[in-house]
Amino acid sequence: MPKFVELWIYLSATPLFGLTATLVVYVLAQAVYARLDQAAWANPVLWSVVVLAGLLTLTGVDYPTYFSGAQFIHFLLGPAVVALAWPLWERRLELLQRWRALLVAALAGGAAASGSALALGWAVGLPHEVVLSLAPKSVTAPVAMGIADKIGGIPALAAVFAVITGMVGALSSQALLDRLKIPGDAQGWMARGFALGTAAHGIGAARALQVNADAGAYAGLALGLQVLLGSLLIPLLFWLF
Amino acid sequence: MQSVGELLSRGLGLPFPGPVMGMLLLVVALRWPVVRSPVAACAGFLLSHLSLLFVPVGVGVMTHLGLLGEFGLRMLAVIVLSTWIGLAVTALVLHRLRGRRDA
Repeated sequence: MPKFVELWIYLSATPLFGLTATLVVYVLAQAVYARLDQAAWANPVLWSVVVLAGLLTLTGVDYPTYFSGAQFIHFLLGPAVVALAWPLWERRLELLQRWRALLVAALAGGAAASGSALALGWAVGLPHEVVLSLAPKSVTAPVAMGIADKIGGIPALAAVFAVITGMVGALSSQALLDRLKIPGDAQGWMARGFALGTAAHGIGAARALQVNADAGAYAGLALGLQVLLGSLLIPLLFWLF
Repeated sequence: MQSVGELLSRGLGLPFPGPVMGMLLLVVALRWPVVRSPVAACAGFLLSHLSLLFVPVGVGVMTHLGLLGEFGLRMLAVIVLSTWIGLAVTALVLHRLRGRRDA
Protein backbone atom coordinates (compact mmCIF):
# COMPACT_ATOMS: atom_id res chain seq x y z
CA MET A 1 0.00 0.00 0.00
CA PRO A 2 2.66 2.61 0.89
CA LYS A 3 4.35 1.71 -2.38
CA PHE A 4 1.17 2.54 -4.23
CA VAL A 5 0.92 5.85 -2.43
CA GLU A 6 4.51 6.68 -3.31
CA LEU A 7 3.89 5.76 -6.90
CA TRP A 8 0.78 7.94 -6.94
CA ILE A 9 2.66 10.90 -5.48
CA TYR A 10 5.38 10.44 -8.06
CA LEU A 11 2.96 10.14 -10.95
CA SER A 12 0.74 13.03 -9.95
CA ALA A 13 3.79 15.27 -9.67
CA THR A 14 4.93 14.64 -13.22
CA PRO A 15 3.38 15.90 -16.44
CA LEU A 16 2.67 12.27 -17.24
CA PHE A 17 -0.34 12.32 -14.93
CA GLY A 18 -2.36 14.87 -16.87
CA LEU A 19 -1.55 13.21 -20.17
CA THR A 20 -2.27 9.65 -19.05
CA ALA A 21 -5.42 10.55 -17.13
CA THR A 22 -6.81 12.46 -20.11
CA LEU A 23 -6.09 9.65 -22.57
CA VAL A 24 -7.40 6.85 -20.33
CA VAL A 25 -10.60 8.71 -19.42
CA TYR A 26 -11.21 9.73 -23.02
CA VAL A 27 -10.71 6.18 -24.35
CA LEU A 28 -13.21 4.91 -21.78
CA ALA A 29 -15.72 7.66 -22.57
CA GLN A 30 -15.31 6.96 -26.28
CA ALA A 31 -15.93 3.24 -25.71
CA VAL A 32 -19.13 3.96 -23.78
CA TYR A 33 -20.21 6.41 -26.49
CA ALA A 34 -19.67 3.79 -29.22
CA ARG A 35 -21.56 1.23 -27.14
CA LEU A 36 -24.55 3.57 -26.91
CA ASP A 37 -24.67 4.05 -30.72
CA GLN A 38 -23.19 7.54 -30.42
CA ALA A 39 -26.16 8.91 -28.50
CA ALA A 40 -25.82 12.70 -28.28
CA TRP A 41 -26.15 12.77 -24.47
CA ALA A 42 -23.23 10.33 -24.12
CA ASN A 43 -20.89 12.91 -25.71
CA PRO A 44 -17.32 11.79 -24.91
CA VAL A 45 -16.00 15.36 -24.50
CA LEU A 46 -18.60 16.20 -21.89
CA TRP A 47 -18.15 13.01 -19.87
CA SER A 48 -14.35 13.03 -20.06
CA VAL A 49 -14.40 16.58 -18.75
CA VAL A 50 -16.81 15.75 -15.93
CA VAL A 51 -14.84 12.64 -14.87
CA LEU A 52 -11.48 14.41 -15.05
CA ALA A 53 -12.73 17.46 -13.14
CA GLY A 54 -14.08 15.09 -10.49
CA LEU A 55 -10.77 13.22 -10.40
CA LEU A 56 -8.82 16.45 -9.94
CA THR A 57 -11.11 17.52 -7.11
CA LEU A 58 -10.88 14.15 -5.38
CA THR A 59 -7.10 13.85 -5.65
CA GLY A 60 -6.44 17.52 -4.91
CA VAL A 61 -4.33 17.94 -8.05
CA ASP A 62 -4.64 21.54 -9.23
CA TYR A 63 -5.38 22.55 -12.80
CA PRO A 64 -1.90 23.92 -13.67
CA THR A 65 -0.35 20.57 -12.63
CA TYR A 66 -2.88 18.68 -14.70
CA PHE A 67 -2.40 21.02 -17.66
CA SER A 68 1.39 20.56 -17.63
CA GLY A 69 0.62 17.07 -18.94
CA ALA A 70 -2.57 17.75 -20.84
CA GLN A 71 -0.95 20.61 -22.80
CA PHE A 72 0.55 18.04 -25.17
CA ILE A 73 -2.98 17.18 -26.24
CA HIS A 74 -4.10 20.81 -26.15
CA PHE A 75 -1.24 21.78 -28.46
CA LEU A 76 -2.64 19.56 -31.23
CA LEU A 77 -5.78 21.71 -31.43
CA GLY A 78 -4.01 24.23 -33.69
CA PRO A 79 -2.76 21.66 -36.22
CA ALA A 80 -6.18 19.96 -36.10
CA VAL A 81 -7.91 23.14 -37.22
CA VAL A 82 -5.36 23.44 -40.02
CA ALA A 83 -6.11 19.81 -40.90
CA LEU A 84 -9.74 20.76 -41.58
CA ALA A 85 -8.36 22.02 -44.89
CA TRP A 86 -8.34 18.44 -46.14
CA PRO A 87 -12.08 17.70 -46.06
CA LEU A 88 -12.68 21.17 -47.56
CA TRP A 89 -10.29 20.55 -50.40
CA GLU A 90 -11.96 17.25 -51.16
CA ARG A 91 -15.25 19.15 -51.62
CA ARG A 92 -13.86 22.22 -53.38
CA LEU A 93 -16.11 22.01 -56.45
CA GLU A 94 -19.26 21.80 -54.36
CA LEU A 95 -18.08 24.68 -52.20
CA LEU A 96 -17.42 26.95 -55.17
CA GLN A 97 -20.99 26.40 -56.35
CA ARG A 98 -22.52 27.15 -53.00
CA TRP A 99 -20.37 29.85 -51.51
CA ARG A 100 -23.08 32.53 -51.59
CA ALA A 101 -25.63 30.45 -49.69
CA LEU A 102 -22.96 29.38 -47.20
CA LEU A 103 -21.79 32.93 -46.58
CA VAL A 104 -25.35 34.19 -46.06
CA ALA A 105 -26.08 31.32 -43.64
CA ALA A 106 -22.84 31.95 -41.71
CA LEU A 107 -23.62 35.66 -41.36
CA ALA A 108 -27.25 35.07 -40.38
CA GLY A 109 -26.43 32.27 -37.94
CA GLY A 110 -23.50 34.09 -36.35
CA ALA A 111 -25.53 37.29 -35.98
CA ALA A 112 -28.51 35.37 -34.55
CA ALA A 113 -26.38 33.50 -31.99
CA SER A 114 -24.45 36.57 -30.91
CA GLY A 115 -27.37 39.00 -31.03
CA SER A 116 -29.75 36.72 -29.14
CA ALA A 117 -27.09 36.11 -26.47
CA LEU A 118 -26.62 39.86 -26.00
CA ALA A 119 -30.36 40.55 -25.94
CA LEU A 120 -31.20 37.70 -23.57
CA GLY A 121 -28.24 38.47 -21.32
CA TRP A 122 -29.34 42.09 -21.10
CA ALA A 123 -32.99 41.07 -20.55
CA VAL A 124 -32.22 38.82 -17.55
CA GLY A 125 -30.11 41.56 -16.00
CA LEU A 126 -26.56 40.23 -16.24
CA PRO A 127 -23.74 42.71 -15.52
CA HIS A 128 -22.47 44.66 -18.53
CA GLU A 129 -19.04 42.95 -18.79
CA VAL A 130 -20.70 39.55 -18.59
CA VAL A 131 -23.11 40.42 -21.41
CA LEU A 132 -20.17 41.60 -23.54
CA SER A 133 -18.35 38.32 -22.84
CA LEU A 134 -21.36 36.49 -24.31
CA ALA A 135 -21.02 38.13 -27.74
CA PRO A 136 -18.23 35.93 -29.17
CA LYS A 137 -19.48 32.65 -27.69
CA SER A 138 -20.03 30.91 -31.05
CA VAL A 139 -16.41 31.49 -31.98
CA THR A 140 -13.86 28.89 -30.90
CA ALA A 141 -12.55 29.53 -27.35
CA PRO A 142 -9.03 30.95 -27.97
CA VAL A 143 -10.36 33.44 -30.55
CA ALA A 144 -13.42 34.26 -28.38
CA MET A 145 -11.04 35.35 -25.62
CA GLY A 146 -9.31 37.78 -27.95
CA ILE A 147 -12.60 39.23 -29.17
CA ALA A 148 -13.99 39.63 -25.64
CA ASP A 149 -10.83 41.44 -24.63
CA LYS A 150 -11.22 43.89 -27.54
CA ILE A 151 -14.84 44.80 -26.80
CA GLY A 152 -14.47 45.11 -23.03
CA GLY A 153 -15.63 41.66 -21.90
CA ILE A 154 -13.84 39.22 -19.59
CA PRO A 155 -11.60 36.83 -21.61
CA ALA A 156 -11.69 33.91 -19.12
CA LEU A 157 -15.47 34.10 -18.94
CA ALA A 158 -15.71 34.25 -22.74
CA ALA A 159 -13.73 30.99 -22.95
CA VAL A 160 -16.03 29.34 -20.42
CA PHE A 161 -19.09 30.52 -22.39
CA ALA A 162 -17.61 29.29 -25.66
CA VAL A 163 -16.89 25.81 -24.29
CA ILE A 164 -20.36 25.50 -22.72
CA THR A 165 -21.91 26.70 -25.99
CA GLY A 166 -19.99 24.01 -27.89
CA MET A 167 -21.21 21.32 -25.54
CA VAL A 168 -24.82 22.52 -25.64
CA GLY A 169 -24.66 22.49 -29.44
CA ALA A 170 -23.08 19.04 -29.62
CA LEU A 171 -25.61 17.61 -27.16
CA SER A 172 -28.81 19.11 -28.51
CA SER A 173 -28.35 19.82 -32.23
CA GLN A 174 -29.67 16.49 -33.42
CA ALA A 175 -32.94 16.71 -31.48
CA LEU A 176 -33.40 20.38 -32.41
CA LEU A 177 -32.69 19.95 -36.13
CA ASP A 178 -34.90 16.85 -36.32
CA ARG A 179 -37.71 18.94 -34.91
CA LEU A 180 -37.08 21.64 -37.52
CA LYS A 181 -37.45 18.91 -40.17
CA ILE A 182 -33.96 19.28 -41.60
CA PRO A 183 -33.70 16.03 -43.59
CA GLY A 184 -31.07 13.33 -43.09
CA ASP A 185 -30.01 13.23 -46.77
CA ALA A 186 -26.86 14.73 -48.33
CA GLN A 187 -28.37 18.25 -48.39
CA GLY A 188 -29.60 17.90 -44.86
CA TRP A 189 -26.17 16.80 -43.63
CA MET A 190 -24.65 19.86 -45.20
CA ALA A 191 -27.11 22.16 -43.39
CA ARG A 192 -26.74 20.25 -40.12
CA GLY A 193 -22.96 20.26 -40.17
CA PHE A 194 -22.77 23.89 -41.17
CA ALA A 195 -25.17 24.88 -38.39
CA LEU A 196 -23.13 22.95 -35.81
CA GLY A 197 -19.89 24.58 -36.90
CA THR A 198 -21.51 28.03 -36.93
CA ALA A 199 -23.27 27.87 -33.57
CA ALA A 200 -21.04 25.43 -31.67
CA HIS A 201 -17.53 25.85 -33.24
CA GLY A 202 -14.96 23.08 -32.72
CA ILE A 203 -16.86 20.95 -30.22
CA GLY A 204 -19.84 21.00 -32.57
CA ALA A 205 -17.56 20.19 -35.51
CA ALA A 206 -16.10 17.23 -33.62
CA ARG A 207 -19.61 15.89 -33.08
CA ALA A 208 -20.51 16.50 -36.75
CA LEU A 209 -17.39 14.60 -37.87
CA GLN A 210 -18.37 11.60 -35.77
CA VAL A 211 -21.86 11.49 -37.23
CA ASN A 212 -21.22 12.12 -40.93
CA ALA A 213 -18.15 13.00 -43.05
CA ASP A 214 -19.99 15.65 -45.12
CA ALA A 215 -21.47 17.23 -42.03
CA GLY A 216 -17.96 17.31 -40.54
CA ALA A 217 -16.45 19.04 -43.56
CA TYR A 218 -19.13 21.72 -43.61
CA ALA A 219 -18.82 22.15 -39.86
CA GLY A 220 -15.10 22.75 -40.32
CA LEU A 221 -15.77 25.37 -42.97
CA ALA A 222 -18.43 27.04 -40.78
CA LEU A 223 -16.04 27.09 -37.83
CA GLY A 224 -13.42 28.83 -39.95
CA LEU A 225 -15.93 31.34 -41.32
CA GLN A 226 -17.13 32.19 -37.81
CA VAL A 227 -13.56 32.83 -36.70
CA LEU A 228 -12.98 35.17 -39.62
CA LEU A 229 -16.38 36.91 -39.47
CA GLY A 230 -16.48 37.04 -35.67
CA SER A 231 -13.02 38.46 -35.19
CA LEU A 232 -13.66 41.09 -37.88
CA LEU A 233 -17.31 42.02 -37.40
CA ILE A 234 -17.93 41.82 -33.64
CA PRO A 235 -15.24 44.38 -32.69
CA LEU A 236 -16.22 46.53 -35.71
CA LEU A 237 -19.89 46.63 -34.70
CA PHE A 238 -19.01 47.50 -31.12
CA TRP A 239 -16.68 50.20 -32.32
CA LEU A 240 -19.43 51.68 -34.52
CA PHE A 241 -22.15 51.73 -31.89
CA MET B 1 5.22 11.57 -44.06
CA GLN B 2 3.07 12.65 -41.18
CA SER B 3 5.70 14.95 -39.81
CA VAL B 4 6.01 16.61 -43.22
CA GLY B 5 2.30 17.38 -43.08
CA GLU B 6 2.63 18.52 -39.51
CA LEU B 7 5.59 20.77 -40.22
CA LEU B 8 3.79 22.26 -43.17
CA SER B 9 0.65 22.86 -41.13
CA ARG B 10 2.50 24.54 -38.30
CA GLY B 11 4.74 26.50 -40.61
CA LEU B 12 1.75 27.93 -42.42
CA GLY B 13 -0.25 28.62 -39.28
CA LEU B 14 1.56 31.81 -38.32
CA PRO B 15 -0.54 34.97 -38.90
CA PHE B 16 -3.59 35.77 -36.77
CA PRO B 17 -6.02 34.01 -36.36
CA GLY B 18 -3.26 31.40 -36.64
CA PRO B 19 -4.82 28.00 -37.23
CA VAL B 20 -7.67 29.26 -39.41
CA MET B 21 -5.25 31.18 -41.61
CA GLY B 22 -3.27 27.95 -41.80
CA MET B 23 -6.37 26.05 -42.83
CA LEU B 24 -7.10 28.49 -45.68
CA LEU B 25 -3.48 28.47 -46.84
CA LEU B 26 -3.42 24.70 -46.76
CA VAL B 27 -6.54 24.51 -48.96
CA VAL B 28 -4.59 26.56 -51.51
CA ALA B 29 -1.42 24.52 -51.03
CA LEU B 30 -3.32 21.30 -51.73
CA ARG B 31 -3.39 22.24 -55.42
CA TRP B 32 0.16 21.01 -55.41
CA PRO B 33 -0.06 17.19 -55.71
CA VAL B 34 3.12 16.42 -53.71
CA VAL B 35 1.52 17.95 -50.62
CA ARG B 36 -1.61 15.81 -50.78
CA SER B 37 -0.75 12.35 -49.51
CA PRO B 38 1.16 13.37 -46.35
CA VAL B 39 -1.58 15.89 -45.53
CA ALA B 40 -4.32 13.33 -46.10
CA ALA B 41 -2.69 10.86 -43.70
CA CYS B 42 -2.00 13.47 -41.05
CA ALA B 43 -5.38 15.20 -41.33
CA GLY B 44 -7.29 11.93 -41.13
CA PHE B 45 -5.47 11.01 -37.95
CA LEU B 46 -5.90 14.39 -36.25
CA LEU B 47 -9.54 14.81 -37.21
CA SER B 48 -10.57 11.35 -36.08
CA HIS B 49 -9.49 12.39 -32.57
CA LEU B 50 -10.70 15.99 -32.74
CA SER B 51 -13.00 15.67 -29.75
CA LEU B 52 -10.16 14.43 -27.50
CA LEU B 53 -8.33 17.69 -28.15
CA PHE B 54 -11.05 19.73 -26.45
CA VAL B 55 -10.87 17.82 -23.19
CA PRO B 56 -8.03 19.82 -21.53
CA VAL B 57 -9.81 23.16 -22.19
CA GLY B 58 -13.06 21.67 -20.96
CA VAL B 59 -11.50 20.59 -17.68
CA GLY B 60 -10.19 24.14 -17.32
CA VAL B 61 -13.75 25.39 -17.65
CA MET B 62 -14.95 23.10 -14.88
CA THR B 63 -12.30 24.50 -12.57
CA HIS B 64 -13.45 28.04 -13.47
CA LEU B 65 -17.08 27.39 -12.70
CA GLY B 66 -16.72 29.70 -9.70
CA LEU B 67 -16.64 32.56 -12.22
CA LEU B 68 -20.26 31.87 -13.04
CA GLY B 69 -21.08 32.67 -9.43
CA GLU B 70 -24.46 34.10 -8.54
CA PHE B 71 -25.56 34.47 -12.18
CA GLY B 72 -24.83 30.82 -13.05
CA LEU B 73 -28.33 29.67 -13.88
CA ARG B 74 -29.29 32.77 -15.82
CA MET B 75 -26.07 32.60 -17.82
CA LEU B 76 -26.66 28.94 -18.61
CA ALA B 77 -30.20 29.69 -19.79
CA VAL B 78 -28.94 32.50 -22.03
CA ILE B 79 -26.23 30.26 -23.50
CA VAL B 80 -28.58 27.35 -24.17
CA LEU B 81 -31.27 29.50 -25.79
CA SER B 82 -28.93 31.56 -27.95
CA THR B 83 -27.11 28.41 -29.09
CA TRP B 84 -30.41 26.92 -30.21
CA ILE B 85 -31.33 30.14 -32.01
CA GLY B 86 -27.95 30.15 -33.77
CA LEU B 87 -28.29 26.49 -34.81
CA ALA B 88 -31.85 26.92 -36.02
CA VAL B 89 -31.24 30.12 -38.01
CA THR B 90 -28.13 28.73 -39.74
CA ALA B 91 -29.74 25.40 -40.65
CA LEU B 92 -33.01 26.94 -41.84
CA VAL B 93 -31.37 29.68 -43.91
CA LEU B 94 -29.07 27.21 -45.63
CA HIS B 95 -31.85 24.71 -46.14
CA ARG B 96 -34.21 27.34 -47.64
CA LEU B 97 -31.56 28.77 -49.94
CA ARG B 98 -30.85 25.31 -51.34
CA GLY B 99 -34.50 24.39 -51.62
CA ARG B 100 -35.37 27.48 -53.63
CA ARG B 101 -32.60 26.88 -56.13
CA ASP B 102 -33.68 23.29 -56.76
CA ALA B 103 -37.35 24.17 -57.17
